[in-house]
Amino acid sequence: MKYHILEKRNLDLFIKNLSKKMKVVAPCKKGEKNYVFAEISSADEISENYIPTILPPKKYFMPQREKIIEFSMDGNLSAHCEKEKLAIFGVRTCDLSGIQCLNIVFNEKPVDCNFLMRKENIFIIGIECNKYCDEYASCAVVNSYLPNGGYDLFFTDVGEKYVINVNTQEGEDIIEDMKLPSALSNDMIALDKVREQKKKIFKNEINIDPSKIPQILEKAYNSKIWDEIGNKCVSCGNCTNVCPTCYCFDMDDKINLDLKTGERIRTWDSCQFETFAKVASGENFREERSLRQRHRVYRKFKFPVDKYNRFFCTGCGRCSRTCMAGINLKEILIKVAEEVKF
Amino acid sequence: MKTKEKEEKMEIKESHWLYRKGTIINAKMMTKTEKWFEINLDDGELGHEPGQFVQVEILGVGEVPISICSSPTKRGSFELTVRAAGRVTTQMHKLDKGDRINIRGPFGRPFPVRQMFGNDILFVAGGLGIAPLRSLINYVMDNRRDFGKVDILLGCKSPKDMLFYDEIEKWSKRMDINFACTVDKAEPDWKGNVGLITTLIPGVNLNPERTYAVVVGPPVMYKFVIAELLKKNIPERHIVLSLERHMKCGMGKCGHCQIDHPKNYYCCKDGPTFTYDEVKDAKKL
Repeated sequence: MKYHILEKRNLDLFIKNLSKKMKVVAPCKKGEKNYVFAEISSADEISENYIPTILPPKKYFMPQREKIIEFSMDGNLSAHCEKEKLAIFGVRTCDLSGIQCLNIVFNEKPVDCNFLMRKENIFIIGIECNKYCDEYASCAVVNSYLPNGGYDLFFTDVGEKYVINVNTQEGEDIIEDMKLPSALSNDMIALDKVREQKKKIFKNEINIDPSKIPQILEKAYNSKIWDEIGNKCVSCGNCTNVCPTCYCFDMDDKINLDLKTGERIRTWDSCQFETFAKVASGENFREERSLRQRHRVYRKFKFPVDKYNRFFCTGCGRCSRTCMAGINLKEILIKVAEEVKF
Repeated sequence: MKTKEKEEKMEIKESHWLYRKGTIINAKMMTKTEKWFEINLDDGELGHEPGQFVQVEILGVGEVPISICSSPTKRGSFELTVRAAGRVTTQMHKLDKGDRINIRGPFGRPFPVRQMFGNDILFVAGGLGIAPLRSLINYVMDNRRDFGKVDILLGCKSPKDMLFYDEIEKWSKRMDINFACTVDKAEPDWKGNVGLITTLIPGVNLNPERTYAVVVGPPVMYKFVIAELLKKNIPERHIVLSLERHMKCGMGKCGHCQIDHPKNYYCCKDGPTFTYDEVKDAKKL
């Protein structure tokens, strides 16, 4: 593992140098309390103390609307991917974990070429959270408050400077190009101190053994709790849109104004929408909101554990933060565990 | 804000979203709402197994998952039977012999054909369920001596809703299969049974230990048919179903066809064929 040092006052230089090579995006303030990943050209545009952005960086890997196929009505067609060299600065560990989840899904055969091509062109610079962003986060339960790979460079704030962990050759090239000094032993001690301190701050937020959650959910499959949540839910789909691991999609054909050409577009979809599991005969396999909410929770804490041996929840808290009806994921898990007396 | 460099457009030659092009070599209306198509692909055989499905794309309208209704033992072309139920299928009905068509697939887990070899087979088809089931029925017919006793039970709303009428008449005359048919509502000239398909099951003479029951029909039918089959002591893992869901991508990704079940089942990849013991916990089959 290689570690380097960047003085905080040199961050602007770092960003400016980086943006000579590629487009750089970072969390920026938007309105009162919200943050978004947006293009920047200097460090003062970055919001350092941000709560998770409205949309996770998933929007760069799997855009909300993505052209998959171009066709002409005479039957000619071709598949395309629009990619650009991009650096995402300031990706928190929860979002790094989200990108890893998407990686797993789209690498499964048949692989998703569009996702993989975009991914190859994205340079990821992570940043460590030294404290909780707000009360919605649950990154300790899902163990995503410490870095577990998934980045090219990873910044940890140790006071006056950042300690940078270099994880890839591409990251190494950037560091070398900017001639950043190697970390010295006292920098490493400072890094260890931050990590030690974090272990005191980040504590299992729901007091449930995470390894038990899949069993708890299995027991609670027919619980009344889902009806309770369903009664609150308004099926707006906000929770899935802002989720860093939700990837369900729909395909749409659009004909251009010349009426001779068109395109197939992939758009984000949500399992919370009423028609999501409806078939042409009129049968709807998840008609009740309670079933759709249960489905969402299962897709975070049960199905992916069976299939990939990991949670598809990154603890970012976006779903609870954005829910208009006040549905809180942590509360759901606590309630369910209480009911099945685990 | 500034834009560094324009997004670069790359062609993806190996994209799974690309289509196989084909020509409709035969088409006819089978009933008022169902149309049958025979399709030849430019790149050769479809390469399917009984119980699989394809995605049909009508450019500018969209894609629709359709079960393959012909057996792979029929070489060269494959067949689809399509009910005009939605946007894409309604447009598809406007296609005819000679028209070009785009296909993705085949997709899905086929019927467990090789496990069925040497066993008795009981087919139960309700309504449009005969379409996917026909891929297996014809497969069994073409390999008739590899299977034991074969029973076919068929149910539909009325005689005029019956699909593959000519073929069914031939089945009813064959000595090596037992065929029975019922309609919910009959006209005066109907000579067959009247009543729900469940009424045919008690009369079937079968050896439950060596019988595979393959059931395909509308969701509402499964509960009642399966109850009858269980009464006959057919093991749950010998009851094979083909479930209906909206498979949008066919690749186990888009999420639409995921079954409401404590286990993680995507109908397009883990199904559409399932044994009853796999999916019995689902609220709706």
